[in-house]
Amino acid sequence: MIATLDPFVGLAHMLDQPFLRSAFLAGTAIALAAGLVGYVVVLRGQVFTGDALSHVAFTGALAALAFGIDLRAGLYGACIVFAVLMAALGRRASADDTVIGSVFAWVLGLGALFLSIFTTSQSGTGAVGSDAGVNVLFGSILGLSSSQALSDVIVALGVAVVLVAIGRPLIFASLDESVAAARGVPVRALGYVFFILLGITAGVATQAVGALLLLGLVAAPAGASQRISSRPFVAIWLSAGIAVGSVWIGLTLAYLAPRVPPSFGIVGVATFAYLVSIAATSSRWWNRARARNRNRNRNQNRKQRSRPARTVPVAAEFRGEIRGA
Amino acid sequence: MVTATASSGGAGWDIVADLRQMLALHFMVNAFRAGTIVALIAGTVGWFMVLRRQSFAGHTLAVVSFPGAAGAIWLGVSATAGYFAGSIVAALVIAMVPRSSAGRERSEESAVIGTVQAFALACGVLFVSLYGGFLDSLTGLLFGTFLGISDRQVVILALVAAGVLAALAVMARPLFFATVDGDVAAARGVPVRGLSVAFLLLLGCAAAEVSQITGALLVFALLVMPAAAAQQITVRPALSLALTVVLCLVTTWVSLGVAFYSVYPVGFYVSTIGFAFYVLAAGGRALASWLGTRPTRTGPHAGGADLADVAVGA
Repeated sequence: MIATLDPFVGLAHMLDQPFLRSAFLAGTAIALAAGLVGYVVVLRGQVFTGDALSHVAFTGALAALAFGIDLRAGLYGACIVFAVLMAALGRRASADDTVIGSVFAWVLGLGALFLSIFTTSQSGTGAVGSDAGVNVLFGSILGLSSSQALSDVIVALGVAVVLVAIGRPLIFASLDESVAAARGVPVRALGYVFFILLGITAGVATQAVGALLLLGLVAAPAGASQRISSRPFVAIWLSAGIAVGSVWIGLTLAYLAPRVPPSFGIVGVATFAYLVSIAATSSRWWNRARARNRNRNRNQNRKQRSRPARTVPVAAEFRGEIRGA
Repeated sequence: MVTATASSGGAGWDIVADLRQMLALHFMVNAFRAGTIVALIAGTVGWFMVLRRQSFAGHTLAVVSFPGAAGAIWLGVSATAGYFAGSIVAALVIAMVPRSSAGRERSEESAVIGTVQAFALACGVLFVSLYGGFLDSLTGLLFGTFLGISDRQVVILALVAAGVLAALAVMARPLFFATVDGDVAAARGVPVRGLSVAFLLLLGCAAAEVSQITGALLVFALLVMPAAAAQQITVRPALSLALTVVLCLVTTWVSLGVAFYSVYPVGFYVSTIGFAFYVLAAGGRALASWLGTRPTRTGPHAGGADLADVAVGA
C-alpha cells in the first residue's frame, strides 16, 4: 500500500524487514558472481554445462537432506565434483550428446527419489519435506537467515574475486584456446579452475533462485551483455550489472505482489533484459550507430598501418598477448 | 502413491496374484493403457530424434510443457490440453528460429535456449503459486505421476498418438533420408526444411505425451535412453526401431508395476530402468568389440554411416 503512494517511503519500509535485507544482501553478491561467471560460460558456449549442473545441484541437496547432513554440504559437494568431471570431458561435452544427457537425466531421477525419501521420512512433521524440495528446485531467497545470507555473500564474493583475478587469461583462453596455449597460458588449469568456480556459483545460486532457474541468472544477463558489447571486459561487467539489477527489481516486484514468487521475478526481469537487448541491437538505429563506429575505427587503423582492422573486435583486446613475445 | 500402497496391501511373491490385484483397480488399468500409448509414441519419435541428434530440443519441449500444464490448471482447463499447448507452441518457436552454424552465433543460441528453459520453468512456478500452491501436484508435474488418469485422458492420448504415428508413417522414408544425408536428399527434391518443421511438431506432441507419465523433467528417460540403447545394439534401422519400442514398453510397464507397490515416484523408476538398459547395451557392445567377436565397423559413428548406406542403396 505504502509503496504505491510514495516510492521512497515504500523502499525504506521494504528494507526495514530483516528477511528482505538478507535477501538483497545475498542476492546482490550471488548475482555478481553469476553474472561474471555466466559471461564466460556463454563465451565458451557451455550453457549446457550450467543446465547439467542444475540437475546435479538438486540431487546433491536432496541427497544431503535424505541422509540427514547439512544441505549445503551436499549441494557444493555434488556441484564441484560434477563440474570437475565436466571439465575433464572438455569440449567433447555437447548439448546433443545422448550419453551425457542420459547420465544427467538419471541423476535427476535419483533426485526425485531422494525428495521422496526425505518427504516420507518427514511426513510426521507436516509439509516440511515437500517444502524443502520446492525450495531447492525454485529457491527460497526470502527464507534465508542472516547467517546463511552472510555465508552466501562470502562464498559469492570469493568466486567473483577469483574470477576477476584470472579473468584476463581465462577470457583469452576461452576466445582462442590454441593461440592462448601457444602463448604459454595454462589453458587446462584455467579450465579446471573455471569449472570449479561454476560449480560453486551453481551451488550458491541454487539457494537464491533454485536449481531449476539458476540457468536464468547465469545465461540471460550474459547473453544480453554479449549482444550489447563485443568487448569482453566491458561485457563481463555489464553482465554482472544486469544480473544484480534483475535481482533488485525482481525482489522488489515480489515484495509489491506477494503472490509472485521472488525467483520468478528475478528470472523474469533477466529474461526481459535479454529480450530488450535483442530488440535494441537488431533495430536499425543500433546497427547504423555500430557501423559508424566501426568505420571510424577502421579509418584510424588505416592511418596507423596499412592492414585493416580485424573483423573480430575481440582480438583488439588481446593485441598485447598476440603480438608480444 | 502412499494411498495406493495402503489400499493394495503390498506385493507378495506371487506375481500373477499381484498383477490381478493391481489390475482390479481402474486407475491402474488406465495407467497401463496410458503408459502403453506413451511408450509406443516415445519409442518411434525418440528413435528418429536420437538419429537426428535433437535430444536437447526434445528436452526443451518437455520442459515447456510444465508451464503449459500448470497454467492450464490455474485457468481451470484440463492439464492435458496445457501439456500439448505448451509443447506445440514451443516447437513452433524453435522451428521459426533459423539454425545458425558459426561459432559465435552458436554460443548465443545456447544462451537463448538456456534462458527460454529457465523462464518457462519460472512461469510454471508462477502459475502454481497463483493457483494457490498445491505442492503434491507440483512434484507430480515435474517428476511424474500415474494416479488419477481419467478415461477421457486415455482417449485423448490415444487419438494424438494415432495422429502422430500416422504422420510419421507417411513421412518416415523421406525423413530418414533427410536425416542421414540432408544434402543429397535436398538435391533429390526432398523438402528437407518442411520435414524438419513437421518433425519438430511431432516431437512436441510426443514430449507432451511422455511428460504426462514421466513428468516434465524426466522425458529423457523414455525419449532418449531406449533409442540410444537400441542404436548401440544394432545398426539395422528397422530392427533398432522395433527394439526401441520394445525397450520403451518394458521400461514403462515395469516402472508402473514397481511404482504401484512402492512409495517412490514413477519418474525415478523410468529413468533408472532406462539408464540400466543403456548401460547394459553400451557395456555389452564395448565388451563385444573388445573380445573382437564383431567387425570393427561398429565404432561410435559407424551407426550413422551404415544407416546412410542402407538409405542410399535402397
